[in-house]
Amino acid sequence: MATALDVRDLSVRFDTQHGNVQAVDSVSFSIEEGETLGLVGESGSGKSVSSLAVMGLVPSPPGVVTADAMLLGDRDLNRFDAEALRRVRGKEVAMVFQDPMTSLNPLLTVGRQLTEVLEVHEGLSQAEALQRAARGLGDVGIPAPEERLAAYPHELSGGMRQRVMIAMALLCNPKVLIADEPTTALDVTIQAQILELMKDLQEQHGTAILLITHDLGVVAGMSDRVNVMYAGRIVETAATAPLFDAPCHPYTQGLLGSIPDLTRVAGENLYSIPGQPPDLAELPAGCAFAPRCERAREECGAGVPATLEPAPERRSACLDAELLAKEGGAL
Amino acid sequence: MIRFLWRRFLWFGLTLFCVVSVSFFLMRSVRGGPFDNERSLNPAIERNIQARYHLDWPQWKQFLHYIGPLNLAEDGAELIGGDGTDPFGGILTGDFGPSFKYRDFTVNDIIAQSLPISVSLGSIALLWALILGLTAGIASALYRNTKTDVALRLAATTGIALPNFVIAGFLVILFVFLMPLLPVAGYGTPQHLLLPGFALGAPFAAYIARLSRTGMLEVLSQDHIRTAHAKGLPARLVLLRHALKGGLLPVVSYLGPATAGILTGSLVIERIFAIPGTGSHFVNSALNRDYTLSMGVTILYTVLVYGLNTVVDLAYTFLDPRIKLEES
Amino acid sequence: MDQPKRERWNLGGTQMESLLKEIARFKGESLWQDAWRRLKASRASWWALVFLAAFGGVSILAPVLPLPSPTAIDLQIEPQPPVAPWTQFGNNGYRPEYWDLNAIDESLVSLRQSVFGDWQFSNWLGTDSKGRDILSRIIWGSRTSILVAIAATLCSLLIGVSYGATSGFLGGRIDNLMMRIVDVLYSIPFIFVVIFLITIVNEYRIELDRRGINREIVFYVVIGAIYWLTMARVVRGQVLSLRKTEFVEAARVIGASSTRIVFVHLVPNVLSIVIVYLTLTIPAVMLFEAFLSFLGLGIEPPKVSWGLLAVDGSEVINPVKIYWWLIVFPAAAMGATLLALNILGDGLRDALDPKLRGKD
Repeated sequence: MATALDVRDLSVRFDTQHGNVQAVDSVSFSIEEGETLGLVGESGSGKSVSSLAVMGLVPSPPGVVTADAMLLGDRDLNRFDAEALRRVRGKEVAMVFQDPMTSLNPLLTVGRQLTEVLEVHEGLSQAEALQRAARGLGDVGIPAPEERLAAYPHELSGGMRQRVMIAMALLCNPKVLIADEPTTALDVTIQAQILELMKDLQEQHGTAILLITHDLGVVAGMSDRVNVMYAGRIVETAATAPLFDAPCHPYTQGLLGSIPDLTRVAGENLYSIPGQPPDLAELPAGCAFAPRCERAREECGAGVPATLEPAPERRSACLDAELLAKEGGAL
Repeated sequence: MIRFLWRRFLWFGLTLFCVVSVSFFLMRSVRGGPFDNERSLNPAIERNIQARYHLDWPQWKQFLHYIGPLNLAEDGAELIGGDGTDPFGGILTGDFGPSFKYRDFTVNDIIAQSLPISVSLGSIALLWALILGLTAGIASALYRNTKTDVALRLAATTGIALPNFVIAGFLVILFVFLMPLLPVAGYGTPQHLLLPGFALGAPFAAYIARLSRTGMLEVLSQDHIRTAHAKGLPARLVLLRHALKGGLLPVVSYLGPATAGILTGSLVIERIFAIPGTGSHFVNSALNRDYTLSMGVTILYTVLVYGLNTVVDLAYTFLDPRIKLEES
Repeated sequence: MDQPKRERWNLGGTQMESLLKEIARFKGESLWQDAWRRLKASRASWWALVFLAAFGGVSILAPVLPLPSPTAIDLQIEPQPPVAPWTQFGNNGYRPEYWDLNAIDESLVSLRQSVFGDWQFSNWLGTDSKGRDILSRIIWGSRTSILVAIAATLCSLLIGVSYGATSGFLGGRIDNLMMRIVDVLYSIPFIFVVIFLITIVNEYRIELDRRGINREIVFYVVIGAIYWLTMARVVRGQVLSLRKTEFVEAARVIGASSTRIVFVHLVPNVLSIVIVYLTLTIPAVMLFEAFLSFLGLGIEPPKVSWGLLAVDGSEVINPVKIYWWLIVFPAAAMGATLLALNILGDGLRDALDPKLRGKD
């Protein structure tokens, strides 16, 4: 399988009046064609910013984006100028956002918002574009798609709007689809439908999907591999099942432990990771998670822990990675 | 929509009725009449004038006479027209009656003569306001926090801070004396209206600049603009198709109050530039106690402003599909 | 490692607020501390505040300063151009002529006379066609204009806030009715009302004087009665939305009494929007006073206000000789003050309304 997207050593820094904030620090990941990579973390972990950086949507003052390479196939997006990036956006790399109500233009019809993508990227006429758009709406399971083209976003339900967003993103058959919290704003039952839809479409078109979320349930159901992010850095990488079975980083352990478990005895306190996420403008030297970690010791504050490989195809930025792997049964 | 218009019309009728009644009785209950400033007249002549303009009738009768097409005159002598019928039809038939001051003219005549002038002046002012204001506001939003933005915002705030007759004064000094390009006063050619139109429209241009700047900034920070960029649309398309419509909605709502303000401001500007519009008539009529003219202009202005506000509300619903006509 | 070229225009496109949420510092300040800090941070608003305070100080101290009389008439042929302070700093031509001053001002003037005697500043800003010193008229005029603005605004404040708060608080049909009335009043071109009222007041001036109601007070009330409408609408809107907010519910849930809810929770929130509108109404009222003075319905000589000054200035535009100082200096003073008020109003609005943070 070819690699659809390969990001190497991506960093994003914001120079603001509050200080310089390293929102993303030396992040690297890659996605194969037809694969789904989950990017998990709390708010402020830098997951959204990373994806925006790939798309070239980080506002340039105050944002500063640096990377060794951001390879889309064999082309380096990092070296593209603004115009070239614009041509790639929406056509080869597309994005679906969290809140479909605010992400769609309330003053334009659904049809208009769909056809303009085709008009701009593929030079279609309005008539041709409308046909393609209707087909696209049908593909995402919207009934009577031709009539829907004339509707305004506020006339549709939440689930339908998100389907429209997905249709819009997939119109030009992109190689990579970035989905930033695509189900967070939806009801639980609709969430499942949308995820199913995305999986089907992925199978049909062979799209690589970067699934960004803070919801471990979504990750478990959908991704092939997972990157866990904390304070702008990737702290653990693994395939989905092994990650859930045997996490190799204390933060991942904490996340998994925080999921309320039906088998627990009633009356026990729910677990949550002690402490607060760090202020990105004032990160501690060394491991960012150390202040909240039970296993923290002096070496943890000495420098950012190197990424170890405690087991094949598993990476973790914790000094205790191998210990954890053994404890969890990964080895 | 018909229901909406109907309700608006009813409220308007009510408003107008209140305005007319209150002003009518107020003007007449205050002592002093329209002919006080004249040289003292022979009492017989004075009586005739009183009778001719029906000032000797009880007030309620004068009021009804003023409003409706009732033929209330009993005796046929000494009436306008003098053939036994009172040619004054009342405002419900669109007849505002004779001017008490300008004896040879009816109010309708005066309005017909001066209204087109005022309307042209007002339209030019509105045009100035929109062109200047929108350009400045949009440019300000796009080049936010650059020197251009700061300069434009300063100019806008200054435009709001100075009274329009001061701005007019400066303009006159500049364009009439220092750089004699434009005529200073009077009415005749389109050039005559350029300067007064600018002075009249300047404060509104300033306000529109602020409104459009804020509106654009608001829209540009919304999620759907981010989506538009993420779709790979070129910058100009994002601006024109996605941002402009939403960003300029506040300006549309402002058009109502703006027109009312332009009408008000015209009172001063017409005086300074000696333009024979309805504005100058209004002030003089109030001071001269010319009841009919004063009422006529008031009614006219109220109709204009109300009508324009209704048009603006309608336009708003066409522009924003989320808004349904409320049952106001 | 080239950066993509920066977009020519700043077309927004990403929610900076949500991106930088994690770096917002949590200091737990109260609304007022937060607002004051933000106001101080905005340089324009800060300087506007300083300017207004300084100007206000000079204005209050006007009777004490060695200014020429603002009303002493010297029948000359034409206005005299400005005399630069370095050419002639002062002279001894002081004539203590004023209109009817109140007791405090009278004593201040006597104080000035005892300190400075005959000496006064020269005509640094020139004189008008009646020989009156422009600088003095500007400073004395500011007192009248500012007084009118504040008094009228307070009038509109009183009426507007009570009406709006009551309407919002009662809600339901009463609220509907009250707002209908406001709508009807709104569509009446108020300029006519004012002109009517003032003409009527002119008629009855003698009776009113006898009861101690001088023309100015009527003036304030009339103007105030025009501007209360917007204040009422704004306050009512605020009260309505506050009534439904969760923090009012929360306060109830923890057992706060109604009084406490009103004073501790509702009033501060309404107050901030009222303050903002106040600072934006004052310049509007000043302009309106100038407008009325232009039409001859405002302040009357020998008293002086900025409106009258602007009127004097705009009337003396003749093609032969341009008496530029008659219009430039009063316009500069008026413009600067109103500009400062508007900037301060904007600054206050940004400082007090957290939702607007980051928009500018």
